[in-house]
Amino acid sequence: MSKTRMAAPELASIEVKGMTRESFLMRSTIAAGSVYGVATVGPFVREAFAQGGGGDVDILNYALTLEFLEAAFYTQGLQRVSGLDREVKQLATVIRDAEDEHVAALTATIKDLGGKPTKAPGVDFGQAFASKDAFLETAQTFEDLGVGAYNGAGGLIKSKKVLAAAGSIVQVEGRHAGAIRLVRGEQIAPSAFDKGLQMQEVLDAAKPFLKA
Amino acid sequence: MSKLRTREPGDGEHAALDQLAREDEGSRAQFLKLCGGAGAAGALAIFVAACGDDDETSGGGSSGGSSPEGGASAKGDLKIVNYALTLEYLEADFYEQVLASGEVKNKKVGEVAKSIGENEQEHVVALKATVQQLGGKPAAKPTTNFEDVLAGGEKKILETAASVENLGAAAYLGQAGNIKSKDILAAALSIHTVEARHAAALNTVVEQPILPDGAFAKPATMSEVLKMVKPFIKA
Repeated sequence: MSKTRMAAPELASIEVKGMTRESFLMRSTIAAGSVYGVATVGPFVREAFAQGGGGDVDILNYALTLEFLEAAFYTQGLQRVSGLDREVKQLATVIRDAEDEHVAALTATIKDLGGKPTKAPGVDFGQAFASKDAFLETAQTFEDLGVGAYNGAGGLIKSKKVLAAAGSIVQVEGRHAGAIRLVRGEQIAPSAFDKGLQMQEVLDAAKPFLKA
Repeated sequence: MSKLRTREPGDGEHAALDQLAREDEGSRAQFLKLCGGAGAAGALAIFVAACGDDDETSGGGSSGGSSPEGGASAKGDLKIVNYALTLEYLEADFYEQVLASGEVKNKKVGEVAKSIGENEQEHVVALKATVQQLGGKPAAKPTTNFEDVLAGGEKKILETAASVENLGAAAYLGQAGNIKSKDILAAALSIHTVEARHAAALNTVVEQPILPDGAFAKPATMSEVLKMVKPFIKA
């Protein structure tokens, strides 16, 4: 695979260097416990990342961009979508809180690995907040996309500990997707196998929601 | 609104699993030595006895000098795939019995259960084929016992379904770091999030939190999982 640059400026800090194992070199060794300052980070992931000691910074920044996008989506949606019933409000709040925690965990981890966390992208969710249905449909799209993104990146992660942590996040994305789909009356799983998506596929799909 | 295309229709869903065999061909002999007889004899206990139960990830200097040779890693991967197969057999059988019992009266919930059962059946087929392609012997379908659950009525059934799915998701997560082959990892991840979808949907149905562990799901080791499913396996 060749070196790929992102079209959107928000994604400029993410450079996909061919996405081979070799390109994710260990950047620094971190001391166990060095991320313990982040109170909101789940203990399991905090520990896993702290012991990881590996690089994987580029993949983590890619994940961070998606989590920023998701977190912003639910934060804005909860403020702007009118006519959300209690069930949907509650679901969206649970999901928003989880995405916020993912952002915090990934940001802290990237810093501790000696990397520079990507900034929150500018976002534009278009008509996604026009109605409850539009909001939920877009939410489903984001969660399914998140699942595909993490599953696609899984095999490229070098550190076993980072893989375990990414796995614990993608399971949560899968749970979000299942819960949203249930509320919408959709198939819980569109397929029996959640295929991994290439980074470029994911970024292309996310691009309409990123403000240039 | 913009619609995202997240998957291509017509992509072979089993492709990832179908590809698995290639790299580890050479280790057939070792695997058979390790797990020989497990499949024929059937029950989970025998599978575990035959294959050992050493899932605890070595915290220390685990793979500092991991050998590129397939031997040990292929054995480990096959063991994990057979472990997953056993769990999927259990799940598929559970939904089959649940649907046959007619205990789930709610139509919408019944449809959810049916689609989940179909997913589990696909997982069984794919995992079984994977073991065979790797030259291994697939774990036999366990003889299950869900009598108490079925006798407990709809509520008990759905709560059990939710527990089993949460456990399944934790089981796959617990193995992710142990899988050596990238293809098998991709396949396991693709099943892992489907179990997660099931878990959250069923948790919603039984009015439990969709994220019982919070924003970061917790893994379960092989021994933890086997202990949990033991009541459902006839010795």
